[in-house]
Amino acid sequence: MQISANYQALAYLVSAILFIFALKGLTHPATARRGNYYGMAGMALAIIATLVGAEVQSYGLIIAGVAAGAVIGAALAAKVKMTAMPQLVAALHSFVGMAAVLVAIGTYVNRAAAGTLNPVLMTELAVGIVIGAITFSGSVIAFGKLQGIISGKPVVFKGQHLLNAALGLAIVAFGVHFGMTESVVSLALMTLISFVLGFTLIIPIGGADMPVIISMLNSYSGWAAAATGFTLQNNLLIIVGALVGFSGAILSYIMCRAMNRSIINVVFGGFGSDSSAGTSSAAALAVEKGVRSASVEDAIYWMEDAGKVIIIPGYGMAVAQAQHALKEFMDLLIERGVEVKFAIHPVAGRMPGHMNVLLAEADIPYDHVLEMDEINPEFPTADVALVVGANDVTNPAAKTDPSSPIHGMPILDVSKAKQIYVIKRSMNPGYAGVDNLLYYQDNCALIFGDAKAVCEGLASALKGGGH
Amino acid sequence: MPDTLVALYVFVLACFIGYYVIWGVTPSLHTPLVSLTNAISGIIIVGALLVTGLEEASTAAEIMGFFAVLLASINVFGGFLVTNRMLAMFKKKK
Repeated sequence: MQISANYQALAYLVSAILFIFALKGLTHPATARRGNYYGMAGMALAIIATLVGAEVQSYGLIIAGVAAGAVIGAALAAKVKMTAMPQLVAALHSFVGMAAVLVAIGTYVNRAAAGTLNPVLMTELAVGIVIGAITFSGSVIAFGKLQGIISGKPVVFKGQHLLNAALGLAIVAFGVHFGMTESVVSLALMTLISFVLGFTLIIPIGGADMPVIISMLNSYSGWAAAATGFTLQNNLLIIVGALVGFSGAILSYIMCRAMNRSIINVVFGGFGSDSSAGTSSAAALAVEKGVRSASVEDAIYWMEDAGKVIIIPGYGMAVAQAQHALKEFMDLLIERGVEVKFAIHPVAGRMPGHMNVLLAEADIPYDHVLEMDEINPEFPTADVALVVGANDVTNPAAKTDPSSPIHGMPILDVSKAKQIYVIKRSMNPGYAGVDNLLYYQDNCALIFGDAKAVCEGLASALKGGGH
Repeated sequence: MPDTLVALYVFVLACFIGYYVIWGVTPSLHTPLVSLTNAISGIIIVGALLVTGLEEASTAAEIMGFFAVLLASINVFGGFLVTNRMLAMFKKKK
């Protein structure tokens, strides 16, 4: 069977609409799964329409590639731990980048053999290769940092920006030369330097900025697909590329806003390397007062008959795998008539929305989990705020201390709760290297210990309790 | 209107759709959003199929095309399936 180019184009249009509905489904958890099925349908339609089109004539390698990809992809999806989602996502971004490079070079080879190259096409090819290559090597570095293969610390060296600028100029120069002369050497050099630039762009960025980097590379992978669409004159690729590109761009913006930093600052900053996080006078005064420590029993005393408890989970909760113990504790509190809510900061976790997935995995219903803007007005009415493995996002210094490095960052108003308990392994400061003024408040006490052990302790104390 | 200009029209208008649709996504589903966009950016498989399936494609082009098909398929299958797995976890209060 073979369909004409017009029917193929119509099929692509339907496919594009299905993709838009897929994204639209994510407006609410209740419609999200249906949305995902729309996406699958759109993809299946696009692939079939391409295969039965006039241009595809040999199928052997295609079947082999799809079959192998299906097995690997399905295995990855089934096995990945939810804490490792950022790594999987980074790996998938790198695949899109590499595929874009391969498609562009493959198209060049085919078109050169057919003698149908033209300057516009070569410009589009070059753009596709550059974006794809940067996406690939940048994502590989991001993956390495998340997986702990490469140090998560920002790697900063002198002349970094100068080097990146020089690499960028070289890419443009070789790209233009390629466009004018069809020189394969220039094409190769341009591709190679683009890979290097992806590496040097991402290596200086620290682990705490991963949510921004993941979003940014998500965006790049979209633009890479769009550039491929221009090369192949394929509107479906252009539309999907634009959707994905904008998705990543908006997520980057949301993440940056949640850290009160500009994207320029994240990309060129090397955050976390700033060791000058000097203690201001206010902080010094608070530190002098010292912190209060509390036992599990103290905390239970305040929580067992509370009206409302707000739990603030951070990445420390996920590292300690405390979410299941926390869920048990939540159920016990609810049984006693306590209202329990979870407060999520936009940059909690290693990627956008990461904490929500981790809580969902522990069977915590999503209507108990609230975003920063929704939950902040509720803190003054909370009897107890329980902080589990979160730090900087609860620091009132962001509002009160203009000399603090995190000043201006939107935070969860934990400090306004009547009583605050913080589960903490030690007194180490958070990622930003800033002392948390919350700990020195009169109504705050620290429960020292492993988050999982403490949460299990809380649950069993509540079970055995019955004061 | 030349083809490239038509493509530009499509691109710019799609950017607007993306802008409005993505702002509507609830923040609690931002991780599934990233994995779903992973999956649909696997649409680059269409380009890979065109490179690989061309009758007169050289061996070099076929090899590159094959790997592009492979990588894009991992995105498609891995992306959709992991999104589905995550979304199944999001439950309402019983």
